[in-house]
Amino acid sequence: MVATPNGFNLDNSGRRIVVDPVTRIEGHMRCEVNVDDQGIIRNAVSTGTMWRGLEVILKGRDPRDAWAFTERICGVCTGTHALTSVRAVEDALGISIPDNANSIRNMMQLNLQIHDHVVHFYHLHALDWVNPVNALRADPKATSELQQKVSPSHPLSSPGYFRDVQNRLKKFVESGQLGLFKNGYWDNPAYLLPPEADLMATTHYLEALDLQKEIVKVHTIFGGKNPHPNWLVGGVPCPINIDGVGAVGAINMERLNLVSSIIDQCIQFTNNVYLPDVVAIGGFYRNWLYGGGLSSKSVMAYGDIPEHPNDFSPGQLHLPRGAIINGNLEEVHDVDPRDPEQVQEFVDHSWYAYGEPGRGLHPWDGVTEPRYELGPNAKGTRTNILELDEAAKYSWIKAPRWKGHAMEVGPLARYIVGYAKGHEDIKNQVEGLLRTMTLPVSALFSTLGRTAARALEAEYCCRLQKHFFDKLITNVKNGDSSTANVEKWEPRTWPKEAKGVGMTEAPRGALGHWIRIKDGRIENYQCVVPTTWNGSPRDAAGNIGAFEASLLDTKMERPEEPVEILRTLHSFDPCLACSTHVLSPDGQELTTVKVR
Amino acid sequence: MPASSPARVLILGIGNVLWADEGFGPRCIEILAESHAFPAQVKLLDGGTQGLYLLPFLEEADALLVFDAVDYGLLPGTLMVARDEEVPAFMGAKKMSLHQTGFQDVLATAQLLGRCPARLTLIGCQPEELEDYGGSLRPVVAAQIAPAIGLALAELAHWGVMPLPGQSPAEGLADPSLRRDAYETGRPGPDEACRTGDARFFPEPC
Repeated sequence: MVATPNGFNLDNSGRRIVVDPVTRIEGHMRCEVNVDDQGIIRNAVSTGTMWRGLEVILKGRDPRDAWAFTERICGVCTGTHALTSVRAVEDALGISIPDNANSIRNMMQLNLQIHDHVVHFYHLHALDWVNPVNALRADPKATSELQQKVSPSHPLSSPGYFRDVQNRLKKFVESGQLGLFKNGYWDNPAYLLPPEADLMATTHYLEALDLQKEIVKVHTIFGGKNPHPNWLVGGVPCPINIDGVGAVGAINMERLNLVSSIIDQCIQFTNNVYLPDVVAIGGFYRNWLYGGGLSSKSVMAYGDIPEHPNDFSPGQLHLPRGAIINGNLEEVHDVDPRDPEQVQEFVDHSWYAYGEPGRGLHPWDGVTEPRYELGPNAKGTRTNILELDEAAKYSWIKAPRWKGHAMEVGPLARYIVGYAKGHEDIKNQVEGLLRTMTLPVSALFSTLGRTAARALEAEYCCRLQKHFFDKLITNVKNGDSSTANVEKWEPRTWPKEAKGVGMTEAPRGALGHWIRIKDGRIENYQCVVPTTWNGSPRDAAGNIGAFEASLLDTKMERPEEPVEILRTLHSFDPCLACSTHVLSPDGQELTTVKVR
Repeated sequence: MPASSPARVLILGIGNVLWADEGFGPRCIEILAESHAFPAQVKLLDGGTQGLYLLPFLEEADALLVFDAVDYGLLPGTLMVARDEEVPAFMGAKKMSLHQTGFQDVLATAQLLGRCPARLTLIGCQPEELEDYGGSLRPVVAAQIAPAIGLALAELAHWGVMPLPGQSPAEGLADPSLRRDAYETGRPGPDEACRTGDARFFPEPC
């Protein structure tokens, strides 16, 4: 038994379970745990199995193009990476953006937040709680009654509606296309919903698909195209011509009306479907309060959604900034990404080299030099690892630390920081939810707390989106149609050397890009992404990261079926960005679960 | 094959341009758009690795033609064409994107919604190298772009779609900084920037 400095006990003497890869996430991840003879997880090892050298491939490129590359890192946070990138370049070169650009960027970022949260809940995470196969046994009439009880305002609730969906689902499953729902552990006792709740949630899975294709249109309108919308250092690439009719590319009233109607659809879906589902499903699992991990100890958010352009001071951010350490909610520290002593990355347990052990580097001075080596207690070979040795290097993820502390980031971290700071909207939402569910504040620090925070945040983001829409309209009506500042577009106007940092709150947490520019070209570029924080391996002092901490003490119903591991890891919405998708003719997902 | 020509056609390239031969699909779209002008009912799209987010585009198509790097276990550069019900089986789920929603799942979702394009054709190319982050197409795969486009044009002709020489709108394409020439000329050499990836987990010291 080992006690970590950040307050966890690790015991690797029990049976080892290896899950590789962890499915329904972006990128490649492996997880190993030890369980005791009661099936309780006593040690956890999370590994990014993916080399991602984005930093080095940006060397020598034009900084104004960096957003286009970072947009391709992954298939989900495209816009967030692009926004972070243009902010980093603007920070380095001292470029300020106009008010309209701030409103439009905020709307795109909020839109992505809402989109990602909805897709995550219904299409990636729901299957950890909802059993679509069980939905075939539901009584449509009882489902209709349940729907009307949990969400009286939702118009789609008749018995006939649920019967139709059930028939479609039945046809789909009977045609042997379990496709979407394959690889589930559908007879595992960890699933607790009655068939009616399963049918209701599966039906909303389909409704969410319809919504998500509307949501993305906001990116097409403001970014000129989708997928892969355009971004611009100095503002946004779309001109505003409010009275224009069908002008190519320009934003006119017709397009703004479409944005407004999409915002309304998001508000309705979140209020009538998403939040009620989280309350209803959460109610059945109210005693499954595993998975809190680091969230009750150390959390961090950079903050985002500035009310005014170019002002990132904490009081001006709608999504809060701050750090909480050792569970002390009375004190919220400010976070300064420029301070060389605050954010540092360590590689003692990562497959990189810095030269000396125990050394942390600030991202401006970051080095991405691979060193792949296995520890003496690893089992297997270099290319076929049966079991990792976590006492040595064991992950492609670096270990970022804030003033030496391992931190959890993401919607729950943002909400804990907001709650602790007394952020009015966040506090009201959190207290309202806990009251509705008759749960104590401590219930927040859990897997379900993470899932609930994401739903609350989606609702808050809908309201913020409306706020910035109104702000844009008012501003334009007052005669300001400026969307970009191109004063410093030409490299000859830049200093010979410059460095900057861009920060955002990506759907899955605090995201930072640090850039150094020399002679008009990128000299160094480092991304510290949310999953680097959450998926971090151990550091030299032995602190474990958020994924590892969250798995400890969880009871597994059947160790060979890692439902509980997936449930908790998915609650972080992990993104080990890589996005390869080469297809194989066997068409089979290759997850293996080995109990050793 | 029905005799009538489809009302709306989507020509889609999928894959990640940052991953060597993974970029095959988007590069085919790029070349096709630079050399052919299509009638208005045909949309060309670099779908990147957008997975489920591509669903709206599928729903708006009656026929879908996809370019992709597909691992058939054949010789690198081998082209293969699959049609209709053969397609999903070839678009497996070995490595994928959007939280591992493979394109197979996107097709299945479209079917579940009852909005899958009536005609499907996949033009796949066996990749040689994928584990090269920041790399570009290997010569053997790059050489298959023109033949793959030839196969696509024949398929489209069969569907009654006849493009003219010219160009298609850039709307569905990658940003100019990511087009193949700019991308290749701007990348640092392997000695400056390690690019090899993980074949569980790192095959050779780099």
